[in-house]
Amino acid sequence: MNRKSWFLPGVTIFGFVFLYAPIISLVVFSFNKSKLVTVWGGFSTKWYGELLNDPQILGAAWISLKIAFISATIALIFGTMVALVLTRFGKFRSKNLLNGMITAPLVMPEVITGLSLLLLFVSMEAAFGWPAGRGMLTIIIAHTTFGMAYVAVVVQARLSDMDDSLEEAALDLGAKPVRVFFDITLPVIAPALVSGWLLAVTLSLDDLVIASFVSGPGASTLPMVIFSKVRLGVSPDINALATIMIGIVGLGVAIAAFSLLRKPKTKLK
Amino acid sequence: MNWFAKLGLNGRWLVIAIPSLWLLIFFLAPFLVVLKIAFSEAAIARPPYTPLITWEEGRLLLTLNFGNFQYLWEDSLYLLSYLSSIKIAFFSTVFALLIGYPMAYYIARSDEKIRNILLMLVILPFWTSFLLRVYAWIGFLKGNGLINNFLIWLGIIDTPIIMMQTDFAVYVGIVYTYLPFMILPLYANLVKLDEALLEASADLGAKPMTTFFTVTLPLSMPGIIAGSMLVFIPAIGEYVIPALLGGPDTLMIGKVLWSEFFSNRDWPVASAVAMAMLILLVVPVMLLRKAEVRT
Amino acid sequence: MAQEPLAADAKPWRSSEETPFIKLRNITKVFGDFTAVDDVSLDIYKSELFCLLGGSGSGKSTLLRMLAGFELPTSGTIEIDGQDMAGVPAYARPTNMMFQSYALFPHMTVEKNVAYGLLRDGVSKTEVKNQVGDMLALVQMSELAKRKPHQLSGGQKQRVALARSLIKRPKVLLLDEPLGALDKKLREETQFELVNIQESLGITFIVVTHDQEEAMTLACRIGVMDQGRIVQIGEPEEVYEYPNSRFVADFIGSVNMFEGRVIEDDDDFVRIQSEDAGCEIYVSHGVSCSPNQTLWFAIRPEKLEITKKKPKGSTNIISGIVEDIAYLGNLSTYRVRLDSGKIMRLTRTNRARSDEDKITWEDKVYITWDDKAGVVLTS
Repeated sequence: MNRKSWFLPGVTIFGFVFLYAPIISLVVFSFNKSKLVTVWGGFSTKWYGELLNDPQILGAAWISLKIAFISATIALIFGTMVALVLTRFGKFRSKNLLNGMITAPLVMPEVITGLSLLLLFVSMEAAFGWPAGRGMLTIIIAHTTFGMAYVAVVVQARLSDMDDSLEEAALDLGAKPVRVFFDITLPVIAPALVSGWLLAVTLSLDDLVIASFVSGPGASTLPMVIFSKVRLGVSPDINALATIMIGIVGLGVAIAAFSLLRKPKTKLK
Repeated sequence: MNWFAKLGLNGRWLVIAIPSLWLLIFFLAPFLVVLKIAFSEAAIARPPYTPLITWEEGRLLLTLNFGNFQYLWEDSLYLLSYLSSIKIAFFSTVFALLIGYPMAYYIARSDEKIRNILLMLVILPFWTSFLLRVYAWIGFLKGNGLINNFLIWLGIIDTPIIMMQTDFAVYVGIVYTYLPFMILPLYANLVKLDEALLEASADLGAKPMTTFFTVTLPLSMPGIIAGSMLVFIPAIGEYVIPALLGGPDTLMIGKVLWSEFFSNRDWPVASAVAMAMLILLVVPVMLLRKAEVRT
Repeated sequence: MAQEPLAADAKPWRSSEETPFIKLRNITKVFGDFTAVDDVSLDIYKSELFCLLGGSGSGKSTLLRMLAGFELPTSGTIEIDGQDMAGVPAYARPTNMMFQSYALFPHMTVEKNVAYGLLRDGVSKTEVKNQVGDMLALVQMSELAKRKPHQLSGGQKQRVALARSLIKRPKVLLLDEPLGALDKKLREETQFELVNIQESLGITFIVVTHDQEEAMTLACRIGVMDQGRIVQIGEPEEVYEYPNSRFVADFIGSVNMFEGRVIEDDDDFVRIQSEDAGCEIYVSHGVSCSPNQTLWFAIRPEKLEITKKKPKGSTNIISGIVEDIAYLGNLSTYRVRLDSGKIMRLTRTNRARSDEDKITWEDKVYITWDDKAGVVLTS
């Protein structure tokens, strides 16, 4: 095993450097005075100031947050319904179809999802006059559709992991099915609902391709604005933006880790 | 278990119908629209294609136009980008496997405390913007970027190596983006591997390398397939990475579809490209489902 | 709701006048093309502790789940205390269940778990508090009332699950492998506690188990199940000493089985010629069979005598060579290869601390038994 002993940690360290070096460089050069992103010109926070005075980026960020919040919330409700139907409703005629429709978006290339939804919206508008034009509403619909697929997968995994007899026990003790769902099922799967919702928010905030297809004038999301800027080359205010986003994620992870660390204290052996 | 089956008939029906209807309208119907447009002809109109079904002299006319598919076959651009997509996705998958397997193995075999931290570190980049992570590589790879500056400073090279806008940059971007998708299923598989199997193999006289190739590797096959497909499938349809890191001669089918739609505004051809891409994904998706059933 | 405990000597199933408390009639349950329960009819009496004993896939759990209302019978009727259960959903049935996994709600304290059933019935808060307190005292869990399930040991969880399923004083308590998750020592203690609680509350218990020892200790009567059917119902002694088939004889305890042919059949005895045993077997009671019929003679290992000297007589004597001896402390098990080649198992209590003339490996031995010790089986 001696020969392996340097190989495995070596590759692992290389892998983590590979994963994190770009992220670290983003943060470091966001504090660079020089406009040349890769040459150090002294410490400065001027790019943050510039970023916060850029109405285009701030507006896009606000639109993206609204879209992410609304679409993830609808996706949470619909995705949970699908997960419940697939794990708890027994057999019904269109079960395979539903199962197929909920898993397909996970492997569908974004360009196809985007194109097909846009073509649908155009055809619908031509036929019924709705949705009138494209913008936030169409992006929300698109993000809800793939978001609910991810929610369904996460919640379904938790539901099938859950001991069936928990729900049976509640039923046995006199609770009606709807009561069982709110008393037992929902509290037990709550962590999965939280992670499903967070996943849907992240995916919505991250999406460039689908939004580019189904968006219309006046509804540019943050990734769309970033993309149009970075296509022209590196710009330090994007580094500043990245640093802020990484900071928010880091904070969230720290809070999650902290609450997880506190839990075992109440656990007695 | 179908305790919910006893829910009132209307309640049960609604819980099934609402999400089903949503998916039918916003997931399944769009494909039928794409299929329809793939068989129509481009026209200078709004929307820019001809209808399939027309009323002419009181008769219903269905005009199927295979011209778009014929065009894809005859214009070498499409065939080349099709093949090039497969090549790039395939080699990216192999590189991701070569880095991801040892990492997953190391994480699965490390102490439980360290294991959770390492696993967290694998997942963490996923929560930060994909676009910004790809953008970060521009700063690394470009002519006066970090890698070139570093190599020149070391004195290894005099003039910058051209890395940006090459296929190499696309490989780096894909492996970098999808490495966690390779590691996670592999880890999930390897962590379940019973240490006693390795001990039994050693006890029966197999050297570590032999044990790896005769016990560990075959048992981790479902993880390898699942991880590989999770890299290969999105890599095939990738647009952002070739658009940002690749050059004008980096041909990928996702990029072709994008430019066909946005630059050429040829909706029927873009739809036909989408259909062709879907066919390409059938086999990998089936492999993925099989691997998921086995794990 | 107070129910009269069953007097220790009362055996309602022996009287034809008693009305059964639970009546199962021709219950069949089919899953796809698999018949889990096949035409089961069964009567269970008030305050009885009835055990359903069977291997995995014998249909015992499915039967229990049909009583609880989690599965609906494909055909047949279930009646509890005179009320037909068809169309009565699980939450409205007068039964409660203790689950094999205990199924304690992980997000609720012990107290809240136990109170859950009463709260669903709209019982007042003070009343719930009192009853939960009493019930937790009964199962000796009062001190841990504020704990969550993950902070309990296996034995403690088992007690909470029992308390939760008893709090509504169900007419019938269904227990699915109630002691299955406990280790051997704890299981033995808990068995007796369970019987005590059952006797003090007088609730009818139906226990599903695969462990024959558990069934023998707990049950008033045992129903042995195989392939979806009940193959024998009887008191523990009856099932052990008078099995009605080769399956039951073999499933409960261990047994030596010889195939043979009737050579003489009288009112008060039969003589069987067995190639397997290599001797003539004499049984001192009549058997309903036809001459020359093939049947089986079954005898338990502890009912056999083993000697090195050839005993007198010509029936019920088999000779063989000792092939293996297992010394278990309180008793020893012998494996003897008969002249016919068949292996016979027998046990002997080690009454003396040492035996100078003890039987050892490769000894030629004779095995004999009383002419009432065995059972003749025709199926």
